[in-house]
Amino acid sequence: MNHLSRVVVCDGNEAAAWAVKLARPDVVAVYPITPQSSLVETLAKFVAEGELDAELMTVEGEHSVLSALQGACLAGARTYTATSGPGLAFMFEPYVRTPGLRLPMVASLVNRDMLSPQCVWGGQQDVMTVRDAGWIQIFCESAQEVLDTVIMAYRIAEHPSVMLPVNVNHDGNYLSFGVSRVEIPDQPAVDAFLGEKNVNWHVALDPERPMAVDPLTGGADAEGAARFVAYRQSLCRGMQDALAVISEVHADWARAFGRGHAPLVEEYRLDDAEIGLVTIGSMSGAAKDAADAARAEGVRVGVIRIKTFRPFPIAAFAHAAAKVRALGVVDRAVSYGWNCGPVYQDVLAALYPSGRRMPVLSFIGGLAGADLTEAHFARVIALTRAALTEAQAPLPSAPVWLNAGGEEKP
Amino acid sequence: MYEIRIHGRGGQGAVLASAILAQAFVDEGQFAVAIPSFGFERRGAPVSACLRVDHREIRALTNIYNPDCVICIDPSLPRMVDIFAGIKPAGTLIQASGKHPEAIAHPGDLATLALCDAVAIALAIFGRPITNAIMLGAFARATGLVSLDALSGALEKAEFRDADLAQNQLALRRGHAETAVIALTPEPVS
Repeated sequence: MNHLSRVVVCDGNEAAAWAVKLARPDVVAVYPITPQSSLVETLAKFVAEGELDAELMTVEGEHSVLSALQGACLAGARTYTATSGPGLAFMFEPYVRTPGLRLPMVASLVNRDMLSPQCVWGGQQDVMTVRDAGWIQIFCESAQEVLDTVIMAYRIAEHPSVMLPVNVNHDGNYLSFGVSRVEIPDQPAVDAFLGEKNVNWHVALDPERPMAVDPLTGGADAEGAARFVAYRQSLCRGMQDALAVISEVHADWARAFGRGHAPLVEEYRLDDAEIGLVTIGSMSGAAKDAADAARAEGVRVGVIRIKTFRPFPIAAFAHAAAKVRALGVVDRAVSYGWNCGPVYQDVLAALYPSGRRMPVLSFIGGLAGADLTEAHFARVIALTRAALTEAQAPLPSAPVWLNAGGEEKP
Repeated sequence: MYEIRIHGRGGQGAVLASAILAQAFVDEGQFAVAIPSFGFERRGAPVSACLRVDHREIRALTNIYNPDCVICIDPSLPRMVDIFAGIKPAGTLIQASGKHPEAIAHPGDLATLALCDAVAIALAIFGRPITNAIMLGAFARATGLVSLDALSGALEKAEFRDADLAQNQLALRRGHAETAVIALTPEPVS
């Protein structure tokens, strides 16, 4: 432990709020929604007590939240917000504009399942619905990782070769409200890590230096079409460049604070593994416990945890997947169009360029607050192992639904 | 790994109790993870919270299905909630109740029963049945797994909505002092 840091016992929402305080945003705009509310309430308390010197805007809804922050960010402010599920849906119009405007915002998504049926609990359907809107999507496993990653996200977003908004995702309920030991780094150390604030050097709204922002672009004429394509290419380039920046920032964090996190994909006990569990978010701890238990029984299992989901770390994932002979991919969301989990789709897509063909199974669980326990992962391991012996069989055309009922109690 | 499940009603502070207990364990050098059950928060509705304690880092962020110990901070709750669901053999029950031990229904293989008339103490201190700090004192007395000093320190770091710190410190001490711990002879499970 860094001798200047201190230890608190708090939940994932409070950990995110501590990180925001340490990152010193200029403007925070919020609208409360379950399960994010305690996060923004903690921020409001920090502002009220004078511990966070930020403009706190409590506006009338999430559409206004992000619109207000767009103005602030265009004027050069460091910004923050957090939302969940239906709040993200109401934010959608300014949300999809933010990457194209190249605004380096940081926003937490406290993941919540989507309506309908009516539901207020955790699930990753919210973020998966916007997974290709152009925001960088990073997923955390623990409250400590939430704190560390929210701070790192500012360095990633504001990097001159990235200039893209970042969502730091943490699962609603189990991580947002789960309480554990968290180290809070010292303010001067975070200041040194983040460096001098230079948020929006390319378009800073300035009355002394007026300029047009977001002009009408595109159309049928070749020049307009080419200009529009150039914007899209630039955004894709920023996304791809982010992979190296995310890795570099994580390495710097480990050096500065003595506590490292895998930047793109985490490999757990993978080197001699036969089976890989692919996980994302707070389910990963139980998956690692299940892998340990399976290994104690002689089954060689490892875990590939997706930390960065957008941009998808194709090379890092393929490197990890090359070590195993079968994959069980566990999603906390549904791709209705493909009848599988969204991470599963990406896993198949990432395997194709490698030329590698192996059994890959889609598991969907933990929807709407459902628990994903070590026993569920034991089932994932057993079914994936069974698929190994049927290696020549076609991939199954339907997912295995965990928590579907009728299964043994965990 | 030691697993605890706390049962209470909305407004009694069961979820806050799990966070305070986690803080106390961490302050004594242990690892702890507390996970509240989640529903719509309403006063009086049954709520529960899970707590895992270990000497090494705990990774699983999941509910608890087979607790070693059940803390029930409301005397009327066992009539409507199966507080013993999944409890391990030779487990511990820490129950808020003014009843005689013979009158407490429990599984035959329970090893330790601790009783504290927490509602009476709470009414005397708070004028309301806020039983969480009292029952943390009862837990420390019954199990010896955490010290009263660590719990007292954890109370200082907590934020209370319905009472002040001095009242909660008194509640903790009285819960510790006024708990009867009964060692049972577990009946073998047939």
